[in-house]
Amino acid sequence: MLFEQIAQNKRRTVYLLVGFMFLVVLVGAAIGYMFFRSAMMGAILAIIAGGIYAWLMIEQSTEIVMSMNNAQEVTAKEQAPQLWNIVEDMALVAQVPMPRVFIIDDPSPNAFATGSDPKHAAVAATSGILERLTRDELEGVMAHEMAHVRNYDIRISTIAIALTAIISMLANFGSNFMFFGGVREDEDERDNNGGMQIFGIIFSILLIIFGPIAATIVQMAISRNREYLADATAVELTRNPQGLINALKKIAMSEPMESADPSSAALYIENPLKGKSAANLFSTHPATEDRIDRLEHM
Amino acid sequence: MGIIIAIVVIVVLAFIWISIYNRLVRSRMNTQETWSQIDVQLKRRNDLIPNLVETVKGYANFEQGTLEKVIGLRNQIAQTPSENHAETMALSDQMTSSLKGIFAVAEAYPDLKANVQYSQLMEELSNTENKIAYSRQLFNSSTAAYNGKLQTFPTNMIAKMHHFQPSQFLETPEEEKAAPKVSFGPDGK
Repeated sequence: MLFEQIAQNKRRTVYLLVGFMFLVVLVGAAIGYMFFRSAMMGAILAIIAGGIYAWLMIEQSTEIVMSMNNAQEVTAKEQAPQLWNIVEDMALVAQVPMPRVFIIDDPSPNAFATGSDPKHAAVAATSGILERLTRDELEGVMAHEMAHVRNYDIRISTIAIALTAIISMLANFGSNFMFFGGVREDEDERDNNGGMQIFGIIFSILLIIFGPIAATIVQMAISRNREYLADATAVELTRNPQGLINALKKIAMSEPMESADPSSAALYIENPLKGKSAANLFSTHPATEDRIDRLEHM
Repeated sequence: MGIIIAIVVIVVLAFIWISIYNRLVRSRMNTQETWSQIDVQLKRRNDLIPNLVETVKGYANFEQGTLEKVIGLRNQIAQTPSENHAETMALSDQMTSSLKGIFAVAEAYPDLKANVQYSQLMEELSNTENKIAYSRQLFNSSTAAYNGKLQTFPTNMIAKMHHFQPSQFLETPEEEKAAPKVSFGPDGK
């Protein structure tokens, strides 16, 4: 089960990256055709630029995700001894290296894990979760996060978020371009006019497609099933289903988070936005009642 | 032709033999590593005990011999050879319940509970207790994996020929079966 899950996650990561590259080539070819009359040239330039940018994003993904969610790193045990010890315990029993630990200053209880593999993982907890949960409950939550780390769930979801960020940047770039295109039209460069119009149309179409594609990528990458699986692994690690059940109840009943970034909502143990704003669109978390029900029947 | 086939078969068998043997050795090493994790935690807890005794001595009124018993257990654990898993764990379980007793008494002394050093010690001791419980769980699962290899075909044949001995499970104390983790604090924190 565990190895299947790991293999599936690694496979999906590859699909995701291939799909992303395909998209980049398409956009590059369109731009290249419009400006240099060479789709090939545009595609090659785009794949180089996109590749470098994606690589940088993935390399820096932990830093990016953590700063998007206003998380501060805990570098020494003394800063948060209980959290540190619990993370250490869960890493021990899950047999993964100790991840980096972050705290988000937010009264709403929540937590998530990110990183590219178990050796480069990070977990974050809100200050609210540290205040409101007992040790047993926090152990359940951290065991759940450690399950995501061990299963390579973190790799696929982190890359999905990084790519979504790139796509929305491309989309922004596209809309700016349409604006400049408009300026050029005013200059009355007639020979370019037809090209610019087609170009504008292509970009507006792409813009319309990009948003849903980004959302679908996140959806595809982050199946709800993995939350159940991580819950089950958490219980296997702590041998204490009640801790996680109580934790989920407390988290579900609390107010939404202020510092959470909407695009990384899927990372959290519970949806941090509680259905406010666009979070419903992504709906990556199964209902808490279902999760508790499954835990109770374990 | 026949000779070549015979050589190929022998070489293949030798490779299989070596890989099974290596797997058995790795598995046995894994049980030893997980035991050493328990050992590290026992030593860490032993290092914390004198501090704890010093801190609580002045504050609370303990029954005659409570603190002496903890010190005695500490020395016994330190002197028990580490290979003697069962005995070491039996002593460790006694230590766990003695510590619980001390913390239960300390609950009645607000001055002590407010002491920064005491609350740090309590977090440290809860931490080692939890790590002992989790390492024990890990030791048992690595033992199950290793013993399983000794009993299943074809690894059992090679294990027998090289005299691999099964590893003993660590028994979980009765009280811990109900609640696997130890929490000293009033609200389980």
